[in-house]
Amino acid sequence: MTLTPVITEHWNDPTLYTLDGYRSHGGYRALATALKSDPDAVIATVKDSGLRGRGGAGFPTGLKWSFVPQNDGKPHYLVVNADESEPGACKDIPIMMANPHALVEGVIITSFAIRANHAFIYIRGEVPNAIRKVAFAVEQARAAGLIGKNILGSGFDLEIVVHSGAGAYICGEETALLDSLEGYRGQPRLKPPFPAVAGLYASPTVINNVETIANIPYIIDRGVDWFRQFGTEKSPGFKVFAVSGHVNRPGIYEAPLGITMRELLEYAGGMRGGVDVKFWLPGGSSVPMLTAEHLDIPMTYEDMAAAGTMLGTGTPMVFDSTVSVVKAVTRWLEFYKHESCGKCTPCREGTYWITGVLEKFEHGHGSQEEVETLTHLCNQIAGRSFCALGDAAATPYPAALKYFRDEFDAATHTPVDETFDPRASYVFAEAAAR
Amino acid sequence: MTITNEPGAQVAVPTDLVNVTIDGVEMQVPKGTLVIRAAELIGIEIPRFCDHPLLDPVAACRACLIEVDGMPKPQPACAQMVAEGMNVHTQHSSQVAAEAQAGVMEFLLVNHPLDCPVCDKGGECPLQNQAMSVGRPETRFTEEKRTFPKPINVSAQILLDRERCVSCARCTRFAEQIAGDPMIELLERGAQQQVGTADDEPFDSYFSGNTIQICPVGALTSADYRFRSRPFDLVSVPTTCEHCASGCSLRTDYRRGVVTRRLAWDDPEVNEEWNCDKGRFAFRYQSHGRINAPLVRENGELRVASWPEALATAAGIFEAARGNAGVLVGGRSTVEDAYAYSVMARAVLATDDIDFRVRAMSDEEAGFLAAVVAGSPVTTTYGSLENAPLVLLVDIEPEDESPIVFLRLRKAARGGTRVVTVASHLTTGSEKMNAELVACAPGDEVRALTELSADIRTALAVPGAVIMVGERAAAVPGAFTAVADLAKSTGAALVWVPRRAGERSALDAGALAGLLPGGRPLTDATAREEVARIWGISADRLPQPGRSGRALLENAARGDYAALLIGGVEVDDLRDADLLRAALESETSVVAISTHHNEVTAAADVVFPSGVVTEKSGTFLDWEGRPRPFGQVFHEALTTSDAGVISAIAEVMDATVEGSVTGIRGQIGALGPWRGARTTRTAVAAQPAAAGVRLATWRQLLDLGLMQSDEPHLAATARPTVARMSAATAAANGITEIATLTGPAGAISLPVEITEMVPDVVWVPMNSEGSRIYRDLGLGFGDVVQISAGGRP
Ligand SMILES: Cc1cc2nc3c(=O)[nH]c(=O)nc-3n(C[C@H](O)[C@H](O)[C@H](O)COP(=O)(O)O)c2cc1C
Ligand code: SF4
Ligand code: SF4
Ligand code: SF4
Ligand code: FES
Repeated sequence: MTLTPVITEHWNDPTLYTLDGYRSHGGYRALATALKSDPDAVIATVKDSGLRGRGGAGFPTGLKWSFVPQNDGKPHYLVVNADESEPGACKDIPIMMANPHALVEGVIITSFAIRANHAFIYIRGEVPNAIRKVAFAVEQARAAGLIGKNILGSGFDLEIVVHSGAGAYICGEETALLDSLEGYRGQPRLKPPFPAVAGLYASPTVINNVETIANIPYIIDRGVDWFRQFGTEKSPGFKVFAVSGHVNRPGIYEAPLGITMRELLEYAGGMRGGVDVKFWLPGGSSVPMLTAEHLDIPMTYEDMAAAGTMLGTGTPMVFDSTVSVVKAVTRWLEFYKHESCGKCTPCREGTYWITGVLEKFEHGHGSQEEVETLTHLCNQIAGRSFCALGDAAATPYPAALKYFRDEFDAATHTPVDETFDPRASYVFAEAAAR
Repeated sequence: MTITNEPGAQVAVPTDLVNVTIDGVEMQVPKGTLVIRAAELIGIEIPRFCDHPLLDPVAACRACLIEVDGMPKPQPACAQMVAEGMNVHTQHSSQVAAEAQAGVMEFLLVNHPLDCPVCDKGGECPLQNQAMSVGRPETRFTEEKRTFPKPINVSAQILLDRERCVSCARCTRFAEQIAGDPMIELLERGAQQQVGTADDEPFDSYFSGNTIQICPVGALTSADYRFRSRPFDLVSVPTTCEHCASGCSLRTDYRRGVVTRRLAWDDPEVNEEWNCDKGRFAFRYQSHGRINAPLVRENGELRVASWPEALATAAGIFEAARGNAGVLVGGRSTVEDAYAYSVMARAVLATDDIDFRVRAMSDEEAGFLAAVVAGSPVTTTYGSLENAPLVLLVDIEPEDESPIVFLRLRKAARGGTRVVTVASHLTTGSEKMNAELVACAPGDEVRALTELSADIRTALAVPGAVIMVGERAAAVPGAFTAVADLAKSTGAALVWVPRRAGERSALDAGALAGLLPGGRPLTDATAREEVARIWGISADRLPQPGRSGRALLENAARGDYAALLIGGVEVDDLRDADLLRAALESETSVVAISTHHNEVTAAADVVFPSGVVTEKSGTFLDWEGRPRPFGQVFHEALTTSDAGVISAIAEVMDATVEGSVTGIRGQIGALGPWRGARTTRTAVAAQPAAAGVRLATWRQLLDLGLMQSDEPHLAATARPTVARMSAATAAANGITEIATLTGPAGAISLPVEITEMVPDVVWVPMNSEGSRIYRDLGLGFGDVVQISAGGRP
C-alpha cells in the first residue's frame, strides 16, 4: 500500500505553519465552502465520510456531533483534545507543530456544524512549542477575520481559546479534561450525563482529537467519495501513523487504514541493525501487544480488534529482541501508577500493588504464585475501574504473559538485566561495539 | 421515594414506576431509583463506601459493583438507575459481581493500616464490617504499604489520619453539597490522593463534625473524642439536642457515667442525618461547675442544706408571697418543666406574672406569640421549606441561629426555592442559600416589608410560600405587626423561629402572662375551666392577667414582689440586665432552680440543683412546634428536674403540682389542643428611625454561650470577632483597620471587615470574645452606636 500524505502532504514546506503557507496549498477553502452550506449538511457530510475518532476509541465523529441537541438555547462548545500523553503516541504534537492551520480550520468548521461559538484547544502543558504554534495560527486566523465576529460574512461568530494543561495523562480523558478546563482538579466525571448533553459548564460539548479535527477541512474540501476511497468500509480514510521504537527511521507515515505493520516497517527503513521484531503495539501503551506473527494484519479498527488488540491512537511502538518484556511492562505500569488520578479503588490501589510486584520481578525476585496473582489483580481492575485509564493499566501484563510467559518465569530467579543486557538496545549499541 | 420540589406539593405520589428484577425478585420502583436503593427495599445489602443516600453519587470506590443483563461490564449499583425490564444480579446471584466486590475489598485493604485496635472507628467501622463479610481471610499483599505522617489537623477539632482514608469523597461531598463549605478537598493523585485543605484555611465549618460520622473508616476523628473510648464500651441513648430550636435528633453515648460523644441521629423529617458542631461537641458543661446540693442563705451566706430544709425554706417564702410573686422560667426548659412553672405560678403562687424570655423582648412580641404562635398545630415544617417556592427571612440568620433550618433552606435553594432575606447584608450563610437581599438597616424592617417589591409579594402569594421571623424582631417596634400583616395579605405561611430550644416549649406550656397551656387565653372562661379542672382547682382561683416582659422586670427592680422564682436565667442575657440585677439586690426573696452557679444563684435565698438534659427525660418543641421527646441518659443521677423541685415545694405548701414527666404529659394530653378563640394581637406602629449609625448584631453559633464552655477545640473553630461595615461608612468615620464602638455601658474595639452592606450600620457578634454587646456596650440590635477609628482590640 502506498503512503497517502494529506495532513502531512506539505510538511516539507517550512512556511506551512503560517497562514500564507497554508493558504498557498488550498488552506481555508473548505471553510468558505462549509460556511456557505448548512451546519446540518456539514454534519451529514462528516457522517457519510465514516470518519472515526483518532483519539483512541474510534467513535464515529459525525454521529458524535449529531448527539448535540439543537435549538436548546444553551451555549455549545467544541473542545479539542490535544493532551497527547499516551506512551508511544506522537502524532498530534507533530500535526500541531507542522500544520496547525489544518487544526484551526477544522475547529472553525466543526464549531459551525455543531453551532458552537466558543472552542477550546486543550494542549498538553509539556509541549510549549506546539502551544506556541497553535496560538500563533489562531492569532493569524483571527487577524485575517477567520475567527471572531461574522466570519467571512457568514454571520457565524467564533472564539478559540488555546489552553495549556498542567501535565497529567488523565486530563486526556475527555471528562477529566473538562474538569481541568473548568479549573478543577482533573478527574473523570460520572456519566451520564454525557458531554454531548452536559459537558463543559454543563452545556452540550463535543470533544475530539486533534487528528480527527485536522481531517475535517480535507473531507469538506475533497468530498466523501474521495475520503472513502481509502481504507475499509468500517475504517474509511487515512491515518497519521507515528512509528517509534527499534526501527531505522522512526517517524510519521500517513497511509490508508488497512496498511499492515510489515509495510509500515518497510517505510520506516526496517528494523534497526536487522534485529527481529519481538513485540509491537499498534496504538500506544494502552493496547495489548502483538508479535512478529501479526505483522500482516491490516491496521484497521476491526482487524485489530479481531486480533485481540486495538488500533488505539495508531502510533505503533516496535520492540526488538534485545528488550525484556518484563522491564517494558514494569515501566508502563510505573507510568500508570504515577498517572492514576486516584478516584477509584481498583486503579489507585491496583496500579500501586502491581507495580510493586513487577519491580520485584525486574530484580529477579518474583515467584510463580505472583505470576498468577498479577493476572488476578489485572482482572480485578479491567472493566471495574471508573475510567479507561484503569483498563489500560490492566492491559500490558496479560498480553505480555500470553506471549512471553517464559520471561516472567525467568524473572522469578534472574534479574532481567542479566537476561537482557540493556546495553544491547541502546541506539549507540552498534557504535559502542565498533 | 421521589420528593418533588413543585411549589405547594407535599409528597409526590410516584407515577412513573418501572419493573426491575433483582436477584430474581421482581419489583416495581419509581423511575430514577438507584439500584442500590431498590435492592435495599427487598433487604439486599450491596457493599458500599462512597455511596450515601443524601449525597450525589460518585461511583468512586467500586465496592458496589453488580451485574446487569445486557451490560458488558459490572456497574456501580450506587450510580446505576433502574430502567424498565432491567435484570440485576448482585453478589448473591452473580459470580462476576461477587468477585468484583471481593476484588475491591482486597484493594481497599492493601494500603490500609489495619490499626483497628487503636482506631476510634474500630467496632463500628463499615470497612471492618465489610472486610469481615467480603474480604479475604489472608492478604496477598507483601509489598510496603503507603504511609503518611499522622495525623494532621484539618481544623482545630477535626484530625485526619490519611493512611486510613479510602478516598470515598463522602467528607468532601458533604462539605460542598450539604454544608456549602468546600474547605476540604481531595488533593494529589493516585495512591497519594488525600483529603486536605488550602494552606492556612482550616475546615472551620459549623457542620464539620458530620464528616467524622459519615467517614466509612476512622480517617476523621475529633480532637475531643480521639482515643477516648471504644464504641462497644459505650451505652447509647437516643436524645434531642438542647442547644437550639432546630430540634436535632441525637444519640448520646456514655461510659461510666460520663458522656463521651454525641452523634447526629436519623430523623428524615427534621435533621435528616446531620447536626451542627455545637450540638455534637458542646456537652462538657453538663458535668462542669454544677450545683450538686440545695443551698440556703444563712447570715448572708449560702450554705449547703438538706432537701427537706431547703424545701421548707422555699415553701415558707412562697407562702408569704401568694398573690405577689414573679416567675422567670428562662428559654432552656423542657415543655414539662415549663409547664410546672406555669402551674406553680397560677395555681400555687396565685400570680400571672410569668415570662420565659431572657433576651430582647417586647409586649408586641408577647401579643404576637399569643395570637399567632402559642399552641398552634404543626403546619409549616422542614418539608414545607424544601417545597416552598419562596422563603422570606426577617431578622433571622439561620446558619448561626438555627443551623438545620439553614441546611434545609440550602437544600431547598439547590432545588429551586427562592430565598429572600431582609437584613443589613448578605452573609456567607445567605450566599450559601443563594439568598437575595432586601437591604434593610436594623429598625427599618417595617418599611422594608411594606415596600417589598411586587415580584416578592406575588411570589409570597403562591401556595407554599413561607415567612420566617426571628426573635430579634422583638427589638423593632412594629416588626411583628408588619410580618403578621404581610402573611395575612399574601396568604404566606408565617413561622417564628426562636433560637433557644426551650422557647417554644415554654410558650406552649403557658409560661407567659396571659396564656394558659396550649395557647389558651387566660381571659377565656372556657379555657380557665378546662385548665382548672385538670389542675384540680376551681377556675376562680386562677389569677387575672399579670405582667410579662419589661413590666415584670420593672416591678421586680422596684422590689415590689415578695418573692421571685427563677429558673435557668443568665442575667447578662437580658437586654435589661440592670432591672434584674436591681431585683436581686432588693429585699425580694429569691428561689432559684439552676443547673449551674450564676449571678442569680449567688443572690438567691434558696438554691435548688436541677438536672441537665442527660439527667431527666422531657420534650422540647422545635421551631415547627414538633415535639422532640428525649429519654433520660443517667438514671442514677442525684438531681431531679425543675418540675420535680417545684412539685416538691408545692407539696410542702399542701398544694399539688404534677412533677413527673409522664404525669405532665398526661395532663397536657388531657387538655388537648385549644379549639376556642385565640387572643387577638394589637397592631403596633413603627417608630421613626433614630439618626446615626445603627447596630446590627446576633449571636454566632459558636460563641461565649455558657453551654459551650470548656470546649477549647470547638471554640477554636469559631469565627473571628470582627466589626462589619460598608466602605462608605468606614470612610465617613475615618475608619480603616480598627473601629471602636461606644455605648452607654462602655466601648469595644474590633478589627474591621469591610462588607457590602447598608450604610450607617455596623455589625458585630452579640456574645463573642471581645464583643459582648449587652454587657460591654449596653446596646442591642437596632440601637444607635457611636463609632470611631482606632482603638486596641
Ligand atoms: C487516560 C486517557 C487518556 C486519554 N488521552 C487522550 C489524548 O491525549 N488525546 C485524545 O485525543 N484522546 C485521549 N483519550 C481519549 C478521549 O477520552 C476521547 O475518547 C477522545 O478525545 C475523543 O476524541 P475522538 O472521538 O476524536 O477520538 C484518552 C482517554 C483516556 C482514558
Ligand atoms: S481508573 Fe479510576 S483512578 Fe484510574 S484514572 Fe480512571 S478514575 Fe482515576
Ligand atoms: S476521610 Fe473518610 S470520608 Fe473523607 S474521603 Fe477519606 S474515607 Fe472518605
Ligand atoms: S442545629 Fe441546633 S438542635 Fe441541631 S445540633 Fe445544632 S444546636 Fe443542636
Ligand atoms: S458505593 Fe458504589 S462505587 Fe462506591
